[in-house]
Amino acid sequence: MSITVHLPTMLARLAGDARSLEARGGTVGEALGDVIGRFPALGPRLRDEAGKPYGFVTFYLNDEDIRFQGGFAAPVADGDEVIVVPTVAGG
Amino acid sequence: MDHAQRLTELPELSAEELQRYSRHLLLPEVGLEGQRRLKAGRVLLVGAGGLGSPLGLYLAAAGVGHLGIVDFDVVDVTNLQRQVLHGTRDVGRPKLDSARDRLLDVNPHTHIETYETRLTSENALDIIAGYDVVVDGTDNFPTRYLVNDACVLGGKPNVYGSIFRFEGQASVFATPEGPCYRCLFREPPPPGLVPSCAEGGVLGVLPGLVGTIQATETLKILLGIGDTLAGRLLLVDALRMQFRTLKLKRDPQCPVCGTRTLRELIDYEDFCGLRAVHTGTGVAEVTPAELVAWRARGDAIDLVDVREPGEWALGHLPGARHVPLGTVASALDTFGGGRTTVLYCKGGTRSAQAARILSEGGLTNVWSLAGGILRWRAEVDPTLPNY
Repeated sequence: MSITVHLPTMLARLAGDARSLEARGGTVGEALGDVIGRFPALGPRLRDEAGKPYGFVTFYLNDEDIRFQGGFAAPVADGDEVIVVPTVAGG
Repeated sequence: MDHAQRLTELPELSAEELQRYSRHLLLPEVGLEGQRRLKAGRVLLVGAGGLGSPLGLYLAAAGVGHLGIVDFDVVDVTNLQRQVLHGTRDVGRPKLDSARDRLLDVNPHTHIETYETRLTSENALDIIAGYDVVVDGTDNFPTRYLVNDACVLGGKPNVYGSIFRFEGQASVFATPEGPCYRCLFREPPPPGLVPSCAEGGVLGVLPGLVGTIQATETLKILLGIGDTLAGRLLLVDALRMQFRTLKLKRDPQCPVCGTRTLRELIDYEDFCGLRAVHTGTGVAEVTPAELVAWRARGDAIDLVDVREPGEWALGHLPGARHVPLGTVASALDTFGGGRTTVLYCKGGTRSAQAARILSEGGLTNVWSLAGGILRWRAEVDPTLPNY
């Protein structure tokens, strides 16, 4: 499947400043793995050493939180979007 | 008396107020009753800074009857690029004094209650009890989790907004059926991972954009109109001027609003991993004077600046190299080699965190510069830029 992964600016700088990246994979996890394979510095920012998501970075598949769709095992279809939302606290 | 009860006894509006709010009275969705609801409304603003500025200004202008403001900070010249509640003549004044003066000028009918204190687990529930809506205009993770938990436990909606550089988030948490902040982010990031506005910078107008969204949501809640952001997360991207709305649901495992196992406020500094950093547990510190002496006697020192690139560009200590905190762990093999490692940042917190990372990685003879660049400026070299 070919999908788009959207990164906020703070993570995009670890991906050559690309805010939107094409990615291939059958699940959210595989698509993120594809991106991390090209930009290894993103790896520790997106998941922990055991490959699990952090509690301070939320992922959306289209407009739904992946935690309600099977987490990183959530299947993706062509044209889907994965939106990466890390927490920020500025005010 | 709660908001629902007060609605049956809505305050009257004077002739001046009817004139002042005429543009609201013309709106079918507001009208006279809506304006009286606003006057009966009690809103607590936590923070009178970047987000707090448009919030205070627009809520006062709109005729919200009671505004409570929590802030213990003093106006600094670096605030004026974005904290439009305050002006040049307010530099050095408590933000609450500046806010009160400005807001009463915008609308003398507003009753303003000020809390010149840090919001804590000891005072939060008491303070929010007197309000209908709480607005999170804070700038740090511990207080955001505190505000969230207090709002869920206290039964008050929490109008959330947060910003970083050019992007922002907004939502409404802690409504009776809706999610809370912990449903979105169940844990805070490790200390130092997400720079503050003072460290990473922020486009001045961005809190204006996000804070005004929060003010809009607050008015809708008080008026009982429209669809609020409860159950939705609004992402604001000012560089591309794109807005994206994502769905938010209550997490059934959320300890505060899901399982409800968390029934009391906790130690939020500890929850955010900051207690160890602040006490510098296990971190050796060197003062600026000591570092000057070490260099004078010719010690082999690896002086490392762990701040963000923008801060490094503003000015750094001579002879330093740059390794931002977020990259320290992956740059472990560039340290050591028999040298004394001295890390510094702006104030000493991030360098203590970096020292901890290196020590846990096996490096010895690691020091954090006590007080950071701020103290170096005060004690050694006042020509370094202040920021």
